[in-house]
Order: sequence, then structure tokens, then C-alpha cells
Amino acid sequence: MLPGPRKGGIDVKLSGERTTAAPTVPPATAGSDAPRGGDTPVTHPVRNDEDLITVRHAVRAATVEVGFGLVDQTRVVTAASELARNAYIHGGGGTVTIEFPRQAGRRGIRLIVHDDGPGIPDVEVALTDGFTTGAGLGHGLGGARRLMHEFEVRTEAGKGTTIRATRWTTQ
Amino acid sequence: MTDSRPMDVPIIRLGDVLVTGLINELDDKAATAFAEELTERIAAERAKGVLIDISRLEIIDSFVARTLTELSTMARLLGARVIVAGMRPPVAITLAELGLQLAGVETALNAEQGMVALGWRHAPRPPEGGNRRETLG
Repeated sequence: MLPGPRKGGIDVKLSGERTTAAPTVPPATAGSDAPRGGDTPVTHPVRNDEDLITVRHAVRAATVEVGFGLVDQTRVVTAASELARNAYIHGGGGTVTIEFPRQAGRRGIRLIVHDDGPGIPDVEVALTDGFTTGAGLGHGLGGARRLMHEFEVRTEAGKGTTIRATRWTTQ
Repeated sequence: MTDSRPMDVPIIRLGDVLVTGLINELDDKAATAFAEELTERIAAERAKGVLIDISRLEIIDSFVARTLTELSTMARLLGARVIVAGMRPPVAITLAELGLQLAGVETALNAEQGMVALGWRHAPRPPEGGNRRETLG
């Protein structure tokens, strides 16, 4: 059996050793961000809502691996769900890369969510609660920002959007 | 789990209450299909109450929140009261931080309390001296 993607959510082993099948990684973009920690970043495609579930599983596994408590796990998985959904609904599909940064003895999770969509015309407005152009409640982007410690949006008309969102463990 | 058809979420009828639950693996399409089916069942079975157990949901993001909110509204318009029961504490914390209040969605700590709120009571004690089966609960 190949360490296949899909089928019942992948079990990604996110420690030092080689990870199982980053499912069909569209390389470029997200891959250009160098890994920060000793852990290998993993990139997942998001093209539909089944991928979204796969991403949730992978992010959950990553938060457990890094040592987040249950509430922090829930925060990060929820933020990932919001951002990944944005990437395929508004961005026409994209990728979610999970990185394992370390800083001053703390470990963290960084989500890099990229899409090649039309870009966000006004990021400040998009971060406002209640702003929506799609099927959500308009809390996706702003809400995801509140759930993470660091949040950076890079977007350009016609060139897509990349969001980097990081949460650190408490020590 | 990777079937393209949304997985069926069972909806059980107990008297005039429909009992169902959301599961973690529900994707967006399946959640929407579930909301539609539940709405149809409310009308077809003239349900007065709906209990939605969410104790297995590990996250609620804005899509699921919207689904629950709309479901509650639709049910109310059809004359049924919806109770969403069993939210996990980390989910509640995260929802509050997301800024989602689930306005208009009635909640209960667990399915049992939700059923009580919908008018269900514990079965009465068997009559004294009657033959009873000693089962738990």
C-alpha cells in the first residue's frame, strides 16, 4: 500500500521523519517559504470541501504533535477551516501548508494558506466582522485572525492571496 | 467517507420531536443537504421540536454556525423549536472568540437536558409491587 492520501483522512506523522504523502502537492508558491523548525512542512491542496476535511485532520494532528491543549487545538483547526474554505470558495482553490516554527523555546503552528484567486480588494474591510461576499457569516477572516497570535495577509489583484497565521504554545 | 454522496445523518422521530446529530466528518455539501432534509421532515412529520446533538463536533466554523442558525430559523418558521445540545466547551470558547453567537439558536448542555426542554420527562417509576425489569437508567 502506498501511503496514500484521501480515504478516511490521512494520518500525517508530523515529527522529524519523512511525512506521509503530502497529497499531490502543487509545489511552487507555498513551498518557497522555507521551513523554520526541524519539522518538515506539509502542503495540502484545497479544491473542495472534502479537501477541507482532510486539512482539518492534518492540522489537528499537527497541533497535537506540537503539544497544544484542547482549546488551542480547537482554535487552530477552526482558523484553518475558515482560511481553507476562503481559499477554495473565493480563491478558486489553493493550498494549505503546515509549518512548525520554533521561537524562544516555544513551538508553534504556522498555516500558510495560498490561492491564485482574484485577490482581496480591501483587506481591512475583509477583516471586518460581518463582511462577506460568499456563503459564510462574514466572520471567517477576522475571526481566524483573532484565533491566531500572528496573522499576515498578502494579496494583490489578480495574483491571489497568501495568509500566514501562527499560533504559539504558551511556554 | 470519500463518497461523493453526502453521508446520511439519521433523523429519528420520538413522538413530535425529531432527534438527530451532527458529525465531525460532515462536509459543507452534506451539511446543506442535512439542513434541507431536516426541514422537509419537520413539515412532513409535523414535528414540534428538534433536538440536534452536536457533542461529536470537534469544531464549529462560520459555515456550520450559519447552517445551525438558518436551520433554527427555518424550523421556527415551520412551527418547530430547535435545541442544539452538547456543545463541547473548547468549541464554545472558540465560537465566542470568532465572534459567532449563534443568535436565535437555543442550546442545552446535553441531549438529555435538551429533551427535557422539549417536554420529555424521565419515564415514571413503575408502580410499587409491580413487576419491573431492573435496567440501568
